[in-house]
Amino acid sequence: NHSMVGVIMADREERRFAEVSRESVKLMAESAGVELADDVAALLAEDVCYRLREATQSSSQFMRHAKRRKLTVEDFNRALRWSKVEAICGYGAQDALPFRSVKEGELFFIEDRDINLVELALATNIPKGCAETMVRVNVSYLDGKGNLEPQGTVPTAVQSLSDDLLKYYQQITRAILGEDPHLMKVALLDLQSNSKIAALLPYFVYVISGVKSVSHDLEQLNRLLHMVKSLVQNPYLYLGSYVRSLVSSVMYCILEPLAASINPLNDHWTLRDYAALLLSHIFWTHGDLVSGLYHQILLSLQKVLSDPVRPLCSHYGAVVGLHALGWKAVERVLFPHLPAYWANLQAVLDDYSVSNAQVKADGHKVYGAILVAVERLLKMKALSLSQPAELGSGGQPGSVGGAMGYRVSSPGLSPPPEPLSEAALGIASHLQAGGAGCPWEEWTPVPLPAMYCELYSFFGDSLAVRFSTGPGFGSFPPCAPSHSDGARKEPPGPASNPDTTRKMPQLTANLNISPRQDGSPQGMTRNKGPQVGFELGPLPRTQPTWGAPGPSRDVFPKARFTSPQTGLPVFSFLIGGRQMGRRCQGRRPFQTTFAPTPPLSAIAPRAYAHKLPVIGRVGKPVRRWACSHYSLHLPL
Amino acid sequence: MAAVQGGLADTNEEKDIKTEPSSDGFGNNNANDGRVLSTSPGSSASAGINKSATGAPEDQQTLLAVLQFLRKNKLTESVEILRREAGLPEDSPELKGSDSSGAGSGGAAGSGDKEGGDASSLLSRVTISSSANLATTVTSSVTAAGEDQPDVNVVLSAYNQQGDPPLYQVYYSGLKKFIESVLDCHRAELSQLFYPLFVHMYLELVYNNHESEAKAFFEKFSGDQECYYEDDLRVLSSLSKREHMRGNETLMDFRTSKFVLRISRDSYQLLKRHLQERQNNQIWNIIQEHLYIDIFDGMPRSKGQIDAMSGSLAGEGKREANKAKVYYGLLKEPEIELPLDDEDEEAENEEGKPKKKKPKKDSMGSKSKKQDPNAPSQTRIPLPELKDSDKLDKIMYMKEATKRIRLGPDNLPSICFYSFLNAYQGLTAVDFTDDSSLIAGGFADSTVRVWSVTPKKLRKVKSAADLNLIDKESDDVLERIMDEKTASESKILYGHSGPVYGISFSPDRNYLLSSSEDGTVRLWSLQTFTCLVGYKGHNYPVWDTHFSPHGYYFVSGGHDRVARLWATDHYQPLRMFSGHLADVTCTRFHPNSNYVATGSSDRTIRLWDVLNGNCVRIFTGHKGPIHALAFSPNGKFLASGATDGRVLLWDIGHGLMIGELKGHTDTIYSLRFSRDGEILASGSMDNTVRLWDAMKAFDDLETDDFTAATGHVHLQDNSQELLLGTYMSKSTPVIHLHFTRRNLLLATGAYNP
Repeated sequence: NHSMVGVIMADREERRFAEVSRESVKLMAESAGVELADDVAALLAEDVCYRLREATQSSSQFMRHAKRRKLTVEDFNRALRWSKVEAICGYGAQDALPFRSVKEGELFFIEDRDINLVELALATNIPKGCAETMVRVNVSYLDGKGNLEPQGTVPTAVQSLSDDLLKYYQQITRAILGEDPHLMKVALLDLQSNSKIAALLPYFVYVISGVKSVSHDLEQLNRLLHMVKSLVQNPYLYLGSYVRSLVSSVMYCILEPLAASINPLNDHWTLRDYAALLLSHIFWTHGDLVSGLYHQILLSLQKVLSDPVRPLCSHYGAVVGLHALGWKAVERVLFPHLPAYWANLQAVLDDYSVSNAQVKADGHKVYGAILVAVERLLKMKALSLSQPAELGSGGQPGSVGGAMGYRVSSPGLSPPPEPLSEAALGIASHLQAGGAGCPWEEWTPVPLPAMYCELYSFFGDSLAVRFSTGPGFGSFPPCAPSHSDGARKEPPGPASNPDTTRKMPQLTANLNISPRQDGSPQGMTRNKGPQVGFELGPLPRTQPTWGAPGPSRDVFPKARFTSPQTGLPVFSFLIGGRQMGRRCQGRRPFQTTFAPTPPLSAIAPRAYAHKLPVIGRVGKPVRRWACSHYSLHLPL
Repeated sequence: MAAVQGGLADTNEEKDIKTEPSSDGFGNNNANDGRVLSTSPGSSASAGINKSATGAPEDQQTLLAVLQFLRKNKLTESVEILRREAGLPEDSPELKGSDSSGAGSGGAAGSGDKEGGDASSLLSRVTISSSANLATTVTSSVTAAGEDQPDVNVVLSAYNQQGDPPLYQVYYSGLKKFIESVLDCHRAELSQLFYPLFVHMYLELVYNNHESEAKAFFEKFSGDQECYYEDDLRVLSSLSKREHMRGNETLMDFRTSKFVLRISRDSYQLLKRHLQERQNNQIWNIIQEHLYIDIFDGMPRSKGQIDAMSGSLAGEGKREANKAKVYYGLLKEPEIELPLDDEDEEAENEEGKPKKKKPKKDSMGSKSKKQDPNAPSQTRIPLPELKDSDKLDKIMYMKEATKRIRLGPDNLPSICFYSFLNAYQGLTAVDFTDDSSLIAGGFADSTVRVWSVTPKKLRKVKSAADLNLIDKESDDVLERIMDEKTASESKILYGHSGPVYGISFSPDRNYLLSSSEDGTVRLWSLQTFTCLVGYKGHNYPVWDTHFSPHGYYFVSGGHDRVARLWATDHYQPLRMFSGHLADVTCTRFHPNSNYVATGSSDRTIRLWDVLNGNCVRIFTGHKGPIHALAFSPNGKFLASGATDGRVLLWDIGHGLMIGELKGHTDTIYSLRFSRDGEILASGSMDNTVRLWDAMKAFDDLETDDFTAATGHVHLQDNSQELLLGTYMSKSTPVIHLHFTRRNLLLATGAYNP
């Protein structure tokens, strides 16, 4: 029941045909235990192509008669059945199944998860939302007159709203946008867990899209964002194409020069951080509902970043947004863009005039955000380079699960978080394959040393990640694991380290937007591996620091270890050295030592991933469900 | 089912089934149902269509002939099966089944192919048996059945080596050069030759295993073909092996039917002279064998004229095919006295009190009193007698009609949109009752759902036990038989085992028809909300069904390329309309119930005479499968919509295309004329309803004798003038349209977020 057909699209005589290559035929034969000669395979391949086209053609009439635009698996199976061929394509689905791609082989496949029937059977939360089919009438055009513009979509909810739902909707919105913080908390919690509000979704989405009209009111914006989060976390809601609308609302908060930003006393930075975090959450959990979403997000972030006219707070938003989307996004968009951007930023930072003070402060914000982003980029990159060796030795066969597809594409990355990132790239690259013009199409990864050197030239010793830049650099890979391991723990370091010569108190703020921070060191150690997005699964959430941005940001922590509840000091480090000037001509030898990684890290991430709930809602990928159980702490 | 057979003898109906008489080139008649049926005219007219095999000597003869043939072809297995099955006394369906598979394998094996059996190809069985189906002819004698086998190889062998493969390109480009060099007026006409010649030459190359030459030939000349053949060319291009030719529908159609071209005598002479001069026998042979050139005297047609008519799978319809007289007029309305004094009162007075009718003259019915000269005689086909309830309904109708809004370009209808919510991509068919009180939907999950559009809820009749208790003498007995407990806004009808593709209410609102992928048409009672009959006959998906406007009869059409006429009280079809070269995608009754129109994915529309089963009109011009048909209320015109997004208008009496309405950008799934025929509404997948000025389209028509005689239409491109409005739905494809009796337009579709 796990059939994966690799179809290679071949451009032939300008017509696009699905072709099964003779190699594919041979492989399939081999898997069935048959050796095929080349000529036989070629003949078979040709015949298979022909039969496939024939079956596709006859399946399209079932689609036409069902008055649909999409060809479904059922249509195909029907065609096969009527031609007396056993149906082999499994079962159908309501939604379009997005193709994922494997980078290396130009192989596209549909993700086909195993479903744990036992858990499905024993599950108590049977998915709702299969509402009764009904007919509702509306007068569209009186006397043939009326609005001749496109009519938008049916507000499905309007048609099927019961009085109760309407009341619920009014209460909830009133509570969330009202004065009483306690009520708001209750409302958000309910929004997050109520299983019967599918019909109201368009309404809530509409309310949320009102961010544009309250851009002067940070408080309201914040509440709306919390509403987004609750909706996203609600395991009973199928967001569908509303994801796009939610994302655009969130992006608005991240990127727009909000009216509230005019007053420097307003802490719009926190809002942007929070929105960025939310964006990444939405994306990791619901990103595949809208194809090409990742691509679009990246594009718009890039656009903002490359627009020097935009205010610095927008740039800041773009950077934290990229950061929240994972290090690959940073690598693809921010890093190549950095040299160009740096000049502008530096001009701002170097202007010591009084009139520039405010701008300069903002500039520091951006600087800090960039720094945090590239640091993680470096660490993750180092880690991803070092990982393959590790995987080879410690492969965990039990944890393969549904992530198999990703494993193929990114063998070096540990499964729980990384598949998401891979999936995202999969979507993006799929888009590219579809011919969408993509500015970073020619992007080639910069090797780590070069990247490090370049970044070092910008940040100098502000970079908390240390690699040897000297002749010993070649020996980097072997010792990388320990490096990266240490590095992973380090972010508290620069943030909390008052020794840094550059005064960048804003750096701490970026603590909040780093998704990696959300978890005790224990959790992190156990979840060894690049943490790109959110942590999956019911991790012990002892320290939801990021969720409480307000206090932790302003109270600049003096302690080396920001988390007092860290039971064991599992690592120790020492940072020495000095930084001179931004471009660091007079760089001094810098000393960093790390204690060896504690044995705790021996617990491989996949062992953990194995415990993730296997079954999700019907029609929703597993991980979304898993994530919805992951409670984002609310600073209420 | 088999056991009941033979009991049916309906003297009312003449039971012979004819296929389209003009179908040429159908040498094969050994089809599944077809042969059994084709034998019946030989027997007495009063005999049932399907006699048990033992009952009719003719059938036995047929059996023997088949057996003989099978033995000749060494199909021992089939012989045995057939024998075993024939041994049973009443087994026609089984006989048919085995027969068709026998025919299929016979054809396969007979083609001299090494692979032998038919199981090797994915789709061959479908196409072989179904194409054999269409090849039934009434004229073939019983004994001939054995000899003239539906043979794939007979037709295929026409593709035996005839010329030097590399020279094909030379032949073709020679002809191309010639056609390009002739006078402009002839060029357009002769260019019609390109496509059929191209296809036949390509197939010849493939058949003779010149794969690479075929590919080169295709690549060199496929670009020259008209764009509307693109879909067929795509099929053709994937076909590169001789084995693939078997079981390919497009190919089958090319072989079994001659491609029809209409060419003026002058142009034809030119072509003939050229080919004879050049000794180009290759092309001449193809023209002789595979094309039918319909020569006419007079001016050659222009490119526009030709393009308007071409595009179908097998060329244009022959002129003779559209010469038969069609009685398109309406039947005289039965005389019903309308109680005039009630006219200003509300309709509910009518409901329960039939006694109130008073014998007074009414003005409404009088206009149809005169017999229309173009109308068929009232008794041309037997129609059911009007029941009291039908008369009541007619009165209701007339009353409503007096309140009808007179539509026109300045007075467009209001549109109400009925959205199906939460249909989950599953809504496949919709129908309204004529009085717009009920709406029914067919769904992909095999269910049929009926909703009441009015506040009146749907109720079932009480159970038999409860019915015994009620007072049968009481005045409101009709009310008392209903079970109030079952009242609900909608009812779900379960029974089909595949998606429901077609749905149709009976005019009296007592029944509902549904046709499904499972090959059956079901009749549902709207009194008990249960299934009454399952009509089996189409062995393949049934795409559409439609009740006659007079009730009792209905028509269905499906993947087997045959449209069938049924009567509700017969479990077997009364007529089989075969002639389409591909699936029958939509079916529609003429307002006078004497004719049936069918649209097909062979891109033609055919009009069939219910009385004798003849095909009386073939309309070509669409460039894609036809999915919507509508007769104008006066019965004179037909509108058709297809996947090409165009609506074409046809004059039934003259058999001419009279209009082309361009505007839609996607498949048109619904067409409907307003009650008085002034407005044509079209609904499409492109989420719009468009209204067209039908009056103008038909009035502007001047059908001179020449046009009528030659069938050469000259269409003016006036779509924009005729388009009265484009109305967007809320992102909802429009799959059904309906004008209420007062001319309010109802549109439906499923909203799929």
